Amino acid sequence: MDPLSIVVCVKQVPDSWAEKSLRKDDYRLDRDAADAVLNELDEYAVEEALRIKESRAGETTVTVLSMGPERTAETLRKALSMGADAAVHLVDPALEGTDAVGTSYALSQALGTLPYDLVILGSESTDARMSVLPAMLAERLGNAQLTFARKVTLDGTTVTTERLTPDGYATVRAELPAVISVVEKINEPRYPSFKGIMAAKKKPFTTLTLADVGADPAQLGLSGAGTQVLEAQPRAAKAAGEITADDGTGGTRLAAFLAAHSFA
Amino acid sequence: MSHVLVLVDHRDGVVSKGTLELLTKARELGEAAAVFCGPGIDTAREALSEYGAATVYVASDPVVEAHPVGPTVAVLADLVAQHGPVAVLVVATAEGREVAGRLAVRLGSGVITDAVGLAADLVCDQQVFGGSTLVRSKVSRGTPVIAVRPNSWPAEPSPGTPTEVAVDVVPGAADMLATVVDRVRESGGDRPDLADATIVVSGGRGLGGPDGFTLIEGLADRLGAAVGASRAATDAGWYPHANQVGQTGRTVSPQLYLAIGISGAIQHRAGMQTSKLVVAVNKDREAPIFELADFGVVGDLFDVVPQLVAELDKRSG
Ligand SMILES: Cc1cc2nc3c(=O)[nH]c(=O)nc-3n(C[C@H](O)[C@H](O)[C@H](O)COP(=O)(O)OP(=O)(O)OC[C@H]3O[C@@H](n4cnc5c(N)ncnc54)[C@H](O)[C@@H]3O)c2cc1C
Ligand SMILES: Nc1ncnc2c1ncn2[C@@H]1O[C@H](COP(=O)(O)O)[C@@H](O)[C@H]1O
Repeated sequence: MDPLSIVVCVKQVPDSWAEKSLRKDDYRLDRDAADAVLNELDEYAVEEALRIKESRAGETTVTVLSMGPERTAETLRKALSMGADAAVHLVDPALEGTDAVGTSYALSQALGTLPYDLVILGSESTDARMSVLPAMLAERLGNAQLTFARKVTLDGTTVTTERLTPDGYATVRAELPAVISVVEKINEPRYPSFKGIMAAKKKPFTTLTLADVGADPAQLGLSGAGTQVLEAQPRAAKAAGEITADDGTGGTRLAAFLAAHSFA
Repeated sequence: MSHVLVLVDHRDGVVSKGTLELLTKARELGEAAAVFCGPGIDTAREALSEYGAATVYVASDPVVEAHPVGPTVAVLADLVAQHGPVAVLVVATAEGREVAGRLAVRLGSGVITDAVGLAADLVCDQQVFGGSTLVRSKVSRGTPVIAVRPNSWPAEPSPGTPTEVAVDVVPGAADMLATVVDRVRESGGDRPDLADATIVVSGGRGLGGPDGFTLIEGLADRLGAAVGASRAATDAGWYPHANQVGQTGRTVSPQLYLAIGISGAIQHRAGMQTSKLVVAVNKDREAPIFELADFGVVGDLFDVVPQLVAELDKRSG
């Protein structure tokens, strides 16, 4: 079987979100890593890559790629400890303030320096919540877009996915190379094992700058952004709701509430 | 007057409410030009006229259906090149956002996803960080591409007689690399679509099994609501995955959201926290959903919901 190269794009996000939502890992080697974590859905992307690797006979390499500040290296190490083979970190002061269009440009340039047959992403990052990067990346790379996948099957060089649609799913198929994004239904990510954490320290870790990937800094950073934030304000806190214990009339009172708001 | 392109979101020609809201806004910003891709224009024509599209561009080539996203982006990019519109507006569904993102890259524009307000100068309102922060932003490069959440403002009819223009679809090779081999419907029926619905009733693990959803559907039908579900409920196979509300499910922004037997995990809230009014029924007073609720009943849903339905029946006489 032919060798296969998979690149998984992962993002580091603030933990405040993951903290409350994920009562799992005590995997916290570094205090510094406590408030920045691997984007939850990207764990599913890494897991899917590892499963593809484990299920095929041919040689398969899984490389994790992330763009972000210095500390992003922690997130890449976590992906390595899950079982990825190599990590690539794109880091450059000129990247600060880059928007989604710019991120897709920088990542596509980085991918241009790597061999790949499959690029796998999470379908959404918990901080940006745009869900557009995978599609933009497919556009930039000129590769097939297989996004919002709840199932991925690779058969030789043909990849088939179940794409979520508003009323069910569509089976979507393409030849490699392809860009895939995954939703959480696809698998259950593994925890890094102690062995995995130790092994991660010895795995290839490459740091790249914008110059290394031939990216034009003018298209990046705040000045290169195609959107501009004019104002950001905390929203007026919502008045506390009326929470009542059911004393046997809860349903009736709820109906009255709905009627008072013209819903019944 | 300048064109404002509105990509029509539809299912076999049944036009979504979000699209009608965009046509309403487009008329304020310039001249509304609807872009209809795929099959079903005969069904769609009436709604597009009713809501004041001055022009309807029709791309009915089956290639649009055969490949997700790419060919639609090609149609829009061609129309932008020909007509230089003020802006391109799409409904912020999962696919709508992808179209917006790819179009922005192709045009060299900036893109805003999930706008909940849009002013005459194209400044967008967005709610970020779980709705806690209001951001005003604008596209500063190229033709603005803006994806707007449904239910952001009301749709107002303004009947007219649009000019219909057939357009050729000329996708690039890269637009056709991914092919749809099959489409499977797992949900739907007569209830309103989640994205558009004015009212959404969602059920979670508290329902205890698929039968519990009969209760939810009964309530939803009383209210003319769409039915949603938490991940716990879809994972358990109690309700179709397509109805999952949340981070990895559908994002809804209805006037009224009822969470029944749902704890309100952050990933669930991500999909519903811009709802105008939130009602929760949960037996656990500590459930985080109550932090968000305008009205909450701490109690057993199997007592509260049947009583609610009975009372609604009584009220409607
Ligand atoms: C990457 C990722 C993505 C995710 N995406 C989503 C998503 O898109 N959408 C989503 O919903 N979740 C998502 N989740 C899962 C989320 O974290 C929660 O696990 C899930 O929302 C819980 O569903 P639930 O509230 O129905 O169940 P639970 O948390 O188990 O809550 C059930 C609630 O029902 C109440 N209850 C039980 N019996 C009764 C009764 N008889 N009467 C009244 N109340 C009762 C209980 O008090 C409890 O509060 C995601 C998780 C991850 C890791
Ligand atoms: N800075 C980044 N570096 C690498 N991958 C990223 C980055 N930002 C986003 N991604 C990937 O794109 C996906 C979708 O992100 P988003 O479009 O921001 O919601 C994430 O799940 C990641 O897989």
